[in-house]
Parts: sequence; C-alpha cells; structure tokens
Amino acid sequence: MEANALHDLTAAYALDALDSEDARAYETHLARCERCREELAELSDAAGALAYGTETPVPPPELRARILQQAARERPNVVPLRPRWVKPVAAIAAVAACTAIGLGIWAASLSSKLDRSESRLARQERVAQIVGQPGSRTISFARGTLVVAPSGEAALVLRNLAPAGNGRTYEAWIAAEGAPEPAGLFEGGGVVAVPLDRPVPEGATVMVTKEPAGGRKSPSSQPFAIVRNAAQS
Amino acid sequence: MSETARPVVRSFAHLSDEAVVALLARSDESALAELYDRFGRVAYGLALRILRDDKLAEDAVQEGFLTAWRNADRFMPERGKASTWLLTLVHRRAVDLVRREDRRRAEPLSETVEPEASGSAEDDAWLRFERERVQSALKQLPDQQREALELAYYGGFSQTELAERLGQPVGTIKSRMFTGLARLRELLAEPGTGDAAWKPTPYTT
Repeated sequence: MEANALHDLTAAYALDALDSEDARAYETHLARCERCREELAELSDAAGALAYGTETPVPPPELRARILQQAARERPNVVPLRPRWVKPVAAIAAVAACTAIGLGIWAASLSSKLDRSESRLARQERVAQIVGQPGSRTISFARGTLVVAPSGEAALVLRNLAPAGNGRTYEAWIAAEGAPEPAGLFEGGGVVAVPLDRPVPEGATVMVTKEPAGGRKSPSSQPFAIVRNAAQS
Repeated sequence: MSETARPVVRSFAHLSDEAVVALLARSDESALAELYDRFGRVAYGLALRILRDDKLAEDAVQEGFLTAWRNADRFMPERGKASTWLLTLVHRRAVDLVRREDRRRAEPLSETVEPEASGSAEDDAWLRFERERVQSALKQLPDQQREALELAYYGGFSQTELAERLGQPVGTIKSRMFTGLARLRELLAEPGTGDAAWKPTPYTT
C-alpha cells in the first residue's frame, strides 16, 4: 500500500475498523511517520471518548477480583540488577505464585521443537522430571521461569536467549549464603531448559552470566538474569 | 540495600491516570485495582454494548486490563491519554471477540437498557454527565458520519464491511470516519474545561 493510502487509515485505525492485515501495514507505517503518530494521538482520544457514550451498568464484583488474582499470578518476580551482585539481594519482589500459564507456554514450545542432540534431549527429560515432581513450584521472572522441586532440585527455563557467541557460554550460578557456585553451562536458543547441577535452597538466588567457553569457578561478569527462590508464604 | 524497597502506595486519589499507569509498569497490583476502579465500569459498558453478552463482555474487560498489566511499560504519555490507551485495549479485545463470534447486529441498542445495580452516586452522576456530553456531540454530526462512527466503534465493523453494508466505496467510508472523528474531537474539546491545556504529570520517585 502506498504511503498516502496509509495516512488515510488513521481514523479507521483509531476506531479499530481495519482488518488485521491493514492494521499491521498501518502499524509498520506508523513507526516511520511522525505526522500519523500525532494525528493518531488526537483521533484516538476522540475515539476513546466514544466509550463514555454508552450505558454503564455496574460490572459483577467478581470481575474485579478475577482480574486482580490473575494479575498476581502473572506478577513477574523481577530482581533489579545491582552493580555489586555478590551481596545477597535483599529487596526482592514478592514471589510469583505457581504460574500454570508460564509453564504451559514453554512446555508446548519444548515438545514442538524437541532438540535432536542427545545431551539436550537428556537435559530436557531431566527438566521434565523436575517439573513433574509433585509439589514443584515455578517462579516466573523477566527472562523465564525457575522450577524448584521439593527436594531442591531445580531447572531454569529461559526464553529467547541469543547465542552466547564465539568462545563463550552461558553459565548458571546459585548463591545461597556465600559466593555463587557454578550450576551448569548451556547454549542460547528460543526456549532453553537447563537442569541445575546443584539443589537450590530456599532463599537462594539463581543467576546467569556469560562466561568464556568451558565456564569458570566464579562469575566474571554481571548476571543478566536473576531469580530468587523466595520462601513460600 | 533493603532501603530500595518502595513504600506501598495506599492512596492514589492525588495521582493522574498516567501516574497510576507508571506504577502499573512496576507491577504494583494496587495500581491495577485503582485503574479498574476508575475505568472498569466504562470498559464494561463499552464491551457490553459491542458484544451484547455479559460473559463475553467480562472476558473482553479482563483481557484488556491484563494486557495493560503486562504491557504497562509500553505506554507512552506523549502518544495520548492513559484512559484512551486502556479503553483502546478493551475495545480492541471486544472487537476481536465480536468479529470471531459474529454477534454483530445492525440495530442500535434499545434505549431501555438501564443499569439495574447502581454504583456510587458520584460515579452515576459523573458517568451520566459524560454519556450525555458524548451523545450530544454525536448528535451534532451529519447522519452519515455518525452512522460510520457508531457502526465502526460500537458495532465492531471494519471499514471494508461497512463499505459493503452501506453500499459505498471504501474511500467514502474512510473519509466519513475521518471527518466525523475530527469533528467529534472539536465538539468534545469545549473551551473552558481545561482539558486541552491539561498535561500529564510524569511520574517520579
């Protein structure tokens, strides 16, 4: 579609009156067109005002509760990166409750593109075994999910991990009381499932860094993923 | 290091909608509750008007608010008001559902749908005021423009469907929607309300 034709779609887009194909073309155009962005901001406010033109019966009170519950279940357990990560992370967001949803997404993804290499296959089986243990908990965070079995055996599932690069590897770490201890090496990928080499005690923090191939005994760079196995409430 | 923990904000009354969305981006559940209390009723009324089914309307509202919860960090105050952003998410969801269910009907909703349970007196009064303001602005539009806006926004019809339905070229529909929406904007921006001069307050810690 020509640019002029795309400019003309602003009002229809503000009203959600485009078919999905046109909407996508318009969004692509929008990223490059300052004029359309300005116009859309204005027309969207007018369209949004139309929402007030309707009768407004009171929604059932359960709706509010349901939305808040679902949000709490999805709450990411994100820990801000700290310059001195070696210190135990104190201010941590509340633990996400078991997220069946997060689990479902990567479980489906795992089975759909099962890795053929044997070592990975074995890892995935190991992860599946940890996840399958009764009483396993999942803790979601920005980059993925940590699964901890009641025994402390744990697995990390990470999404959209770029390749570590030449001569580099990803390394997982577990920090309980003292210095972080190495917990396994792995490669990048769309969905990466890593069984951790040692148990994760309650209160311990799991981290991931990029290290030279072969891994190290202690981390040499800042972790880009941190998740805490916070005590169950 | 524990000092970095943010004090829990209990009262949001003084915060602009945009500031509440900024808190939402920090996964603050009480911000979501506040946003629901501000816009849940309008969102539900809108979804109900489009979908004409309680359960589907609840689904649309729930999905819209959860999309806001997941993507609050993508909200850009310079691109429009927080209320617009949120209501757009709910609207989009409702339109998706109505297109999938094909529940659309051409007739305007009967005027007899009166809210049976009422909320607080302030909410009722304010929502009634807003409804009358928007409806009277709509009435001032030429019939063809009003029809295009109503069928698109409340009916969930795409411009292609509208063109077919009204027997007009798509270009005509586009221009009716554009002219109608631009005029509606002017009509709603009454002088003296301070609305036009209002600037979002950036949230700072």
